[in-house]
Amino acid sequence: MSAALIELAGIERVFHLGDSEVHALRRLDVSIAAGEYVAVMGPSGSGKSTLLNLIGLLDRPNAGVYRLEGRDVTTLSAEEQARVRSERIGFVFQSFHLVPRLTAGENIALPMILAGIAPAQRAERVARALGDYGLENRADHRPDQLSGGQRQRVAIARATIMQPAVILADEPTGNLDRATGEEVMRLLEALNENGVTLIVVTHDGSLGARARRQLLMEDGALQNDQSRSNRVIPEACVLPT
Amino acid sequence: MRTPDLIRFARDAATGNPLRTFLLVLAMAIGVAAVVVLTALGDGARRYVLNEFSSIGSNLVIVLPGRSQTGGFNPGNAITSTPRDLTVDDAQALLRASAVHRVAPLAVGTSEISVGGKLREVMVAGTTAEFIDVRRLVLAQGRFLPAGDWRRGASEAVIGAKVRDEMFGRQAALGQLVRIGDRRFRIVGVLAASGQGLGMNTDELVIVPVALAQAMFNSNTLFRILVEAASRDAIEPAKAQVAEIIRLRHEGEQDVTIITQDAVLATFDRLLGTMTLAVAGIAAISLAVAGILVMNVMLVSVAQRTAEIGLLKALGATSATIRNAFLTEAAMLSVAGAVLGFLLGQAGAAIIRQLYPAYPAFPPDWAVLAGLATALTTGIVFGVLPARQAARLDPVESLAKR
Repeated sequence: MSAALIELAGIERVFHLGDSEVHALRRLDVSIAAGEYVAVMGPSGSGKSTLLNLIGLLDRPNAGVYRLEGRDVTTLSAEEQARVRSERIGFVFQSFHLVPRLTAGENIALPMILAGIAPAQRAERVARALGDYGLENRADHRPDQLSGGQRQRVAIARATIMQPAVILADEPTGNLDRATGEEVMRLLEALNENGVTLIVVTHDGSLGARARRQLLMEDGALQNDQSRSNRVIPEACVLPT
Repeated sequence: MRTPDLIRFARDAATGNPLRTFLLVLAMAIGVAAVVVLTALGDGARRYVLNEFSSIGSNLVIVLPGRSQTGGFNPGNAITSTPRDLTVDDAQALLRASAVHRVAPLAVGTSEISVGGKLREVMVAGTTAEFIDVRRLVLAQGRFLPAGDWRRGASEAVIGAKVRDEMFGRQAALGQLVRIGDRRFRIVGVLAASGQGLGMNTDELVIVPVALAQAMFNSNTLFRILVEAASRDAIEPAKAQVAEIIRLRHEGEQDVTIITQDAVLATFDRLLGTMTLAVAGIAAISLAVAGILVMNVMLVSVAQRTAEIGLLKALGATSATIRNAFLTEAAMLSVAGAVLGFLLGQAGAAIIRQLYPAYPAFPPDWAVLAGLATALTTGIVFGVLPARQAARLDPVESLAKR
């Protein structure tokens, strides 16, 4: 399985809350191939957000190995991890996380600014991204002058501007109404069709059902890992294979 | 992150909260302005005193009767009895010294001047034609005492500007006859108003030939002998030569005190320089306070922008980038405060100079540089802690905060 984009083996994540230990993730083994569309589902507290943070290199596991594109990234220094985040991973958040004082265009350019890309190239890529996401005449608006859907489109444009291998979306429609949420999901799925690996965390069943593969989490462990191809015979998955 | 981007990012972050930024810059500005204004005052005092001394004349060596005297320019010294008096002959003998350019004897006493029924007490200085050059005095009208035999002298007097105003008012003073003590003198010159000259205000002085002054006061002593050395380098040789000549003339006894203007100036220079330094140190405390304020405000800013810091980390910012961004912001606020404070301080010093033209309240260069440097250093040093705190934030927790 060296072709896997993301390979998690024996991942443990323990949080210490006072005297008690909370096992957010227990001996997790997951492998995600490049170009997959995965929904991570489960009730709150099941560890799905922790999993996303680990995959996004925002958090480190207490045990286990995480290979991204065949490279062990758990042992990288914080600086190297930041570099991997910058170049290979794009985040989309529930609450958008746009910088309020920056315009839409500046928010989209932020990852490139942090990566030290030259201004001319930045301007060109921002212009293209604004066009791609239908934000041409919103470029100079600040986030508080944008609708929720527009904000999330800006966030998606920002997540993709560095052409990452994987996009991690944490409840991307959580703060949006149904129609806008639908529109945002279509944008993300379009990216996936172009080859970007898409991992969406949600507790919304209908949203998760759109993915070709669902990871069902419970109590920090993987309860169920089903692919849509199996759903041709939905009853089958009830039986342990 | 490229440097221009870093600066722009920090600037946007600073202007994103104008009130906070304004207050911080103001605090820093007040600190720097305090340094500039206070050192301007301190250094102004130093310059003022130095000017006062310089106005006596340059390259000056002053001979006082008596061995060791601490009184300085006190007219009362004229009355003190000394083993051997300084005489006009002593003064004339000093002209033989090679390092000596000019010599002016000075006999001083108080007397009354009267003209047209007006009477006034004045200080009478008996001297010679050289006095005006040695003391660097300026005439407003007429001429000074004529050169000639020091033991004689025409009954001519030169009066100070204030004496002229009080005795003659709007009438012409030149050529008028006045009575000084029990003698009659003709006014031949009026000194320009100066108001300066420590211990002896030339505005209230009446200058007469030394021989007549000595006769008037019935004494042949001199109050001082003013010696002008040939050049600045010749001051020390002049001092030695003067001492030797006087010693030979006074039967081998060293019974005069010789002071140079340089020595007095150096003492005052040191004294007031130290004072300026002390004042600058006190003002620098306000800069330290401003530095602590920078730290406080930046810490609040880090707390307020936690989510943003988490986002930047998620977008690939390294800890170093975050730290630099916050340090740059602190440094920019300090620079802005320092520049504003510098301008405010210079303006304050300019206002002081306007209000008191005689007072040269210019901040010394070293103080301005030290003030600016201290402001920058405190801003950056106190910015390090908040910047490090921002860099150390855990991205997961930061992103969760809203």
